[in-house]
Amino acid sequence: MATPTLLKKEEAGSADSPYITVTFRIRRFNPEVSDQAEWQDFQIEIDPKERVLDGLHKIKWNLDGTLTFRRSCAHGICGSDAMRINGKNRLACKTLIKDINPEKPITVEAIKGLTVMKDLVVDMEPFFQAYRDVMPFLVTKGNEPTRERLQSAEDRERFDDTTKCILCAACTSSCPVFWNDGQYFGPAAIVNAHRFIFDSRDEAGEQRLEILNDKDGVWRCRTTFNCTDACPRGIEVTKAIQEVKRALITRRF
Amino acid sequence: MSSDTSSAKAIGDVEGVSLYDVDNPAPYIEAPRKRTGKTPRSTRGNFEMAAWLFMRLSGIVLVVLVIGHLLIQLVLDGGVSKIGFAFVAGRWASPFWQVWDLLMLWLAMLHGANGLRTVINDYAERANTRLWLKGLLYTATVFTILLGTLVIFTFDPNIR
Repeated sequence: MATPTLLKKEEAGSADSPYITVTFRIRRFNPEVSDQAEWQDFQIEIDPKERVLDGLHKIKWNLDGTLTFRRSCAHGICGSDAMRINGKNRLACKTLIKDINPEKPITVEAIKGLTVMKDLVVDMEPFFQAYRDVMPFLVTKGNEPTRERLQSAEDRERFDDTTKCILCAACTSSCPVFWNDGQYFGPAAIVNAHRFIFDSRDEAGEQRLEILNDKDGVWRCRTTFNCTDACPRGIEVTKAIQEVKRALITRRF
Repeated sequence: MSSDTSSAKAIGDVEGVSLYDVDNPAPYIEAPRKRTGKTPRSTRGNFEMAAWLFMRLSGIVLVVLVIGHLLIQLVLDGGVSKIGFAFVAGRWASPFWQVWDLLMLWLAMLHGANGLRTVINDYAERANTRLWLKGLLYTATVFTILLGTLVIFTFDPNIR
């Protein structure tokens, strides 16, 4: 009894298979082979409802094990797999194949402005250096309270948007100022400074503002909105940068 | 970005003679002007904030000054054909127009120079290129401002 049902299923499956053939055009770089990066095409069968990360997995597991990329949670939380997909910075684990026109080859490359180590893996150190420079931790004076530090809902709401950052570097590596000059702090560091500057419990806002008043701080922002477009968490990055600028000006005058 | 595409094996050609291998990897493709240990600590100061604010404020004032200037010079009262030595001499007889032109000269020159300074900072990658471009820019700005100021203050309507 089981066999006919199975056959039927198989027939139906081949008739309207969800799988389509998609070309992945990946920017490969391997310093142990060549000093040049080049594009390589891979053809894979994939369900358009799957994600770009699933496509990369299929390539790595079935076609070419040397393909190198970062990913940890694969569900848009850890921020490891930011890459430039079809010319835009996105998380591979949050980008569905059907949303980025699978008719044409899907280009995947490393995020720009950071040193490429291999294939899609970049050296994130300059990015995290800028992050550390803005002191992304609570700074207070006096004795530690015996209870939790209370805060009103309005005070929490003030910096709610910038708490969503997952440090994927999609914004910083989409910023044209950062591409040209890695000295610039970059949107992500400013967002994380904003998270503490506007926190009513924190007492080092003045210090952080002083750091961002630097030659390579917020004043290098050209408000191109690339960062806001790139953010996979939908943080209004440019708005946060402008709020830091305003805080700097109103603090002085 | 190179656009050469190969569907064949692009990386790891076993037969091909390669300059690079596991023990002798190619240099990484470095990002330009990376933050390194040698990067000098930039000076803390309010210059960048002042420059940023100046751009916004001078921009607003310049809109009024420049549109007024264009209207008077090119549109009202006969347009461009009326402009001559006598017309300029007549306007600069009044301190109001002297101040107007002086303000416009200084604000427009500083506004433009600061704009170009940020463009050079953003786009010139090598420190030497930046130095020379900015040197040229500052020289030209100072020269134009001084010359213009000199003319406005020492203008002689009875010159022969």
